[in-house]
Amino acid sequence: MSTAHNISVTGQAAENLGPQQKLSIALGMLGLLILVLAFLNVSFQPKIVWLSVSLTLIFTGIVWYTKASYANKFAGIKNNHIFFNSLTNRGIWAYALGILITGFYVVLYFYPSYLGLVNNGENTGIVALFDPFSKLLSGNPASQWFVYGTLYTIAILGFGIKFLWKYRNNNYQRLRTFSVMFFQLGFAFLIPEFMARLNGEKFSLPYYNLVNIWPLNYYNFEQYRVDDFISAGTIGVSLLIFGIASIFIITPILTYKYGKRWYCSWVCGCGGLAETAGDSFRHLSNKSTSAWKLERWMIHLVTVFVVIMTTAVISTYLGYDAEKYWLTKDVFLIGVGLVLTIVVGLTFIFKRHEFKKDAKYAGIGFFLIILALIGLHFSGNTQQFAFVEAETLRSSYGFLIGSIFSGVVGTGFYPIFGNRVWCRFGCPMAAILGFQQRLFSKFRITTNGGQCISCGNCSTYCEMGIDVRAYAQKGENIVRSSCVGCGICASVCPRGVLKLENDSPQGRINSKEILLGNDVDLMNYVNKN
Amino acid sequence: MNQEHIVIIGNGIAGVTLARHIRKNSNKRITLISAESEHFFSRTALMYVYMGHMKWNHLKPYEDHFWKKNRIELKKAYVEEVQTQNNQLLLNSGETFQYDKLVIATGSKPNKFGWPGQDLPQVQGLYSKQDLEKLEKNAPNNQICKRAVIVGGGLIGIELAEMLRTRNIPVTFLVREKSFWSNVLPLEESEMLNKHILEHGIDLRLNTNLKSIEADKHGNVKSIIIEETGEQIDCNVVGLTAGVSPNIDFLKNSSIETNHGVLVNQNLQTNIQHIYAIGDCAEQRNPTGNRPPIEAVWYTGRMMGETLAQSLTGNPSNYKPGNWFNSAKFFDVEYQTYGWVFPKPKKGHSDFYWKATIENKCIHMHFETESRKFTGINTFGIRMRHEKFDAWLNQEKSIDYVIEHLKEANFDPEFFKKYENEIFDVYKKKLLN
Repeated sequence: MSTAHNISVTGQAAENLGPQQKLSIALGMLGLLILVLAFLNVSFQPKIVWLSVSLTLIFTGIVWYTKASYANKFAGIKNNHIFFNSLTNRGIWAYALGILITGFYVVLYFYPSYLGLVNNGENTGIVALFDPFSKLLSGNPASQWFVYGTLYTIAILGFGIKFLWKYRNNNYQRLRTFSVMFFQLGFAFLIPEFMARLNGEKFSLPYYNLVNIWPLNYYNFEQYRVDDFISAGTIGVSLLIFGIASIFIITPILTYKYGKRWYCSWVCGCGGLAETAGDSFRHLSNKSTSAWKLERWMIHLVTVFVVIMTTAVISTYLGYDAEKYWLTKDVFLIGVGLVLTIVVGLTFIFKRHEFKKDAKYAGIGFFLIILALIGLHFSGNTQQFAFVEAETLRSSYGFLIGSIFSGVVGTGFYPIFGNRVWCRFGCPMAAILGFQQRLFSKFRITTNGGQCISCGNCSTYCEMGIDVRAYAQKGENIVRSSCVGCGICASVCPRGVLKLENDSPQGRINSKEILLGNDVDLMNYVNKN
Repeated sequence: MNQEHIVIIGNGIAGVTLARHIRKNSNKRITLISAESEHFFSRTALMYVYMGHMKWNHLKPYEDHFWKKNRIELKKAYVEEVQTQNNQLLLNSGETFQYDKLVIATGSKPNKFGWPGQDLPQVQGLYSKQDLEKLEKNAPNNQICKRAVIVGGGLIGIELAEMLRTRNIPVTFLVREKSFWSNVLPLEESEMLNKHILEHGIDLRLNTNLKSIEADKHGNVKSIIIEETGEQIDCNVVGLTAGVSPNIDFLKNSSIETNHGVLVNQNLQTNIQHIYAIGDCAEQRNPTGNRPPIEAVWYTGRMMGETLAQSLTGNPSNYKPGNWFNSAKFFDVEYQTYGWVFPKPKKGHSDFYWKATIENKCIHMHFETESRKFTGINTFGIRMRHEKFDAWLNQEKSIDYVIEHLKEANFDPEFFKKYENEIFDVYKKKLLN
C-alpha cells in the first residue's frame, strides 16, 4: 500500500513529547555521546568506568522513556499517533536514523579500523573503550564484533523492557520477549565469551552461539570451525553434532509442534532485535501482493545460494585432505543429493496440490540445478563444484547476504521498510522453517468464525507484510510460511478474531465461501460446493 | 450475448460482498455506484485513522487493482432518483444509468431529532469518509476544539469519545439512558463500562438529554444546553451519535415501498421486481426471531450480501441468518456476544453473571429457567469461540453443559490467565443457594 493520501497526516499530533520523555532521550543521547567521542579518539580513563557510565546512561534512558510513555496509561493497545510521528511514519527523522544505522553497519562490516580495531597491536578508539569489558568476560581484547554484540544486547534488553511495558496486558507477548532477552544475553552474548576462556594452546573452540543455526549461521561448517571442533575432542565433536542436529532434527520437531515462531520470535537474535528495537517500525512492511511475490523469489533464491555455497565449501575441504575427515567428498555430495531428493520427493508426493504453478516450477528447477551440479562433479567435467571457486562463493555470500542484506539493509532500513526486511526477504533459515510451517506443522492462526470487521489493524501491524485481514475476513485460518508467530495481529485485533494455536493438522486450511453466522443450510450448501 | 447488468448503489460491506459473490458465481456485468469513496473501505475502522493507528489506505480490504481484475465496475456518482418504470437511475451529473437488476445498499445516516442548531457546521456524526474529513477539520487538536460534546450513548458515541481523547480534547458525553448502552446491556455490564468511561477522563452525563446547540455570531458552535438542568456547556464540536437510520431519502419519489427503511421480503426483494435492498437500509417485512426489522450491523450487511448473491446467480435463497452474534470494543475492553442477552431476562428466563476480581472481565449468560436451555452470552475481556457457541446454540445445550465446557470456547491468546474453573465454582455455589 502506498503512503499517499492520508487524511490525518494534515492534523498535527496533539501530544508532543512530555518533559520526562525529552529528558530520558537526552540521557540516552548523553550515553551515546561518550561512545561517539571514543570513536573520535577521545581517550577516556579509566575505560571501564566510562564504558559503564555510557551503557548505563543508554539503558536508563530507554527504560525511563518507557516509564514516561506507558506507566501512567491503562494497559491496552498503544498505537496512538504512530502515523503522525515523523520517526515512525517515514518522516525526516526516520530517514536520518536510517542513514545513521546504515552508516554504522557499513563501518562495522567494511572499515572496522575506523572503530579503532588494530590487528596485532593495542586497539584504539571505541574498540579500545570496550577492551577492559571484553577482557573481563573472555580474557581477550575487544573486537568490533564485541562492541557490536554489546550494543546489540543492550538494545534488545532496553527495548525489550519497553516492549514488556507496552504489552503488559498480554502474557504471550511478555513471555516471548523474556525469551528473546534471555537468549540474547545468555546464548548470543555471555556464553560464547565465557567459552572463549576455556580456549588454550591445545584446546580451542570456535566462537559459537548455540542457537545461531545453519543456514542463518552460514559459516558454521567452514573448515576452520570444523577443524577446531574436531580438535577440541568430545566437547567439540558434540557441538558439531549439535549444529547438524539443530537443523536436521531439533528444528523440524519444534517447527512441527509450534510453527517457526519457536525460533523466529522466541529465540533468534535477528528476530529479537526486530521485535524489541524494531517494534516501532513493524507497520512499515509492504502488504501488497507484489511484495509477497518478490519475497517468495528472493528468500528462496538466497536459500538455494546458501545450499550451493555450503555444499561447495564443505566438498572442497573434504577433497583437499581425504585422510583427515572420515567423510569423503563423494559421499558428502551423494548425501546432499539424497537429502534434497527425499525432501523434494516427499513434498511432491504428499503436498503437490498445495503449490501454485510458479512454486512447482521454481522448486523443481532449483532441485534440478543442484542435482546437475553434483552430477557434473561426478562426470569429472568440472574442477570446482558450481563452476566457481568455493572461496569465491563463500566470500560473495558473506559480502552480499551476510553483510549487506542481513546487516546494512536488514537493520539499517528498519525506519523505512520495517523491522523484518531480512527475515522476510532474505533469511534462508526462515525459508526452511517457513517451508515446513506451511506444509508440515500444527501451527496456524485461527480466525474466529464471522467476527472479523475488516478493520485492517492486523495487516497494518504485521511486520512480515502478511495481509492477515484478507484471510480473517474470509473466515480462513492463516497458514503462511512467512508468519513468525509474533502474535501482534491477535493483540491489536479489536474484536477478538485471531488466535495463534497449535492444533491437529487436519482442517488447518479451511477456506470458506460463506462465513459463520449466516443461514445454516446456505452455509452447508455453498461451502460444500 | 448481452450479460445481465446488476447495478448496486452503495459500496459498503453489503454491496461489496454481494458484488464479490456474484462475480464468483457468474459472468454478469456488475457496477458499484458510490458517491462516498472511490474504493470500498472498512467503515468500522474510521476511528483508527483519526487516532493515527492507520492511514486511509490501510482501511481498504482489497488492493485497488482488485476491482478491475474481477470486472467489478466502479462508478463515482450520487443517485438522485430511481426511475423504476424504465429501469434507470438519474445521477447527480444529470446522466441516466440503465440497470437490469438494481440493489439498494446505501447504508445509514446519523439520526437527528430536530434539535435547534443540529445543522451547524461543527455538528456531525461519525459514519462516512466525509465525517472523518470533517472531524479532522473540526477537531484537529485541543486548541481548535477546546471541548467536544457527544450526544447519544451507543457504540459510535464511545468510539468518538475514545478518538477525541487521543488528541487530548476534553469530552462531555450525554447519555439519555440511566447507564451507558443500558438499552442493550444488562446493568452489571453497563455500570462496569460507566466506570471505564469515567476512568478515561470522559465527563459522562447519564439521564441527560440535549436541548439545543448554540452558535456564536459567525455561525459556529459555541455551546450546548442540557434539557434537564438548563446547564450550558461550552464546546466547539458536537458529535451526534444517537443511532442511525436508513439512508434512503433519494427514494422518496420512487414507487419503491419504504417505511423506516426499504421494505423487503425474506428474499430481500422490494415491492418492485428486479429491485432489492440489503444492509442497513433494508427493513424486513418479517424479521427472523428476535432480530429487529432493521439491522444496522456490519455482519448482517455481509450476510445479506452473501444471501442475495445466491438468489441473483440461480440459487434462490431467503435471508435466514443463524444465531445472533456481535462484538465491539469500549476503550480497552473487548466485548463479544453470542445468542441473545437482554437488559433483563425475558419472561421464563434466568441469568448467570460472573465478574473477575480484576477490572473489566465478566460474563453474563441467559437461559430458559425451566428447561435450562442456554440462550445467550455476553463476554467482556475474555475472547470466546464463535464456532463453539454457534454449535451449542444450535444443539440447544443446557446452561450447565455450557458452563462445564466453557474451556473449549476460550479464544484468548496462549498463556493468558484462565477463568473457567473459577466460573464453574461460582456457578455451582449459586446453583446450590
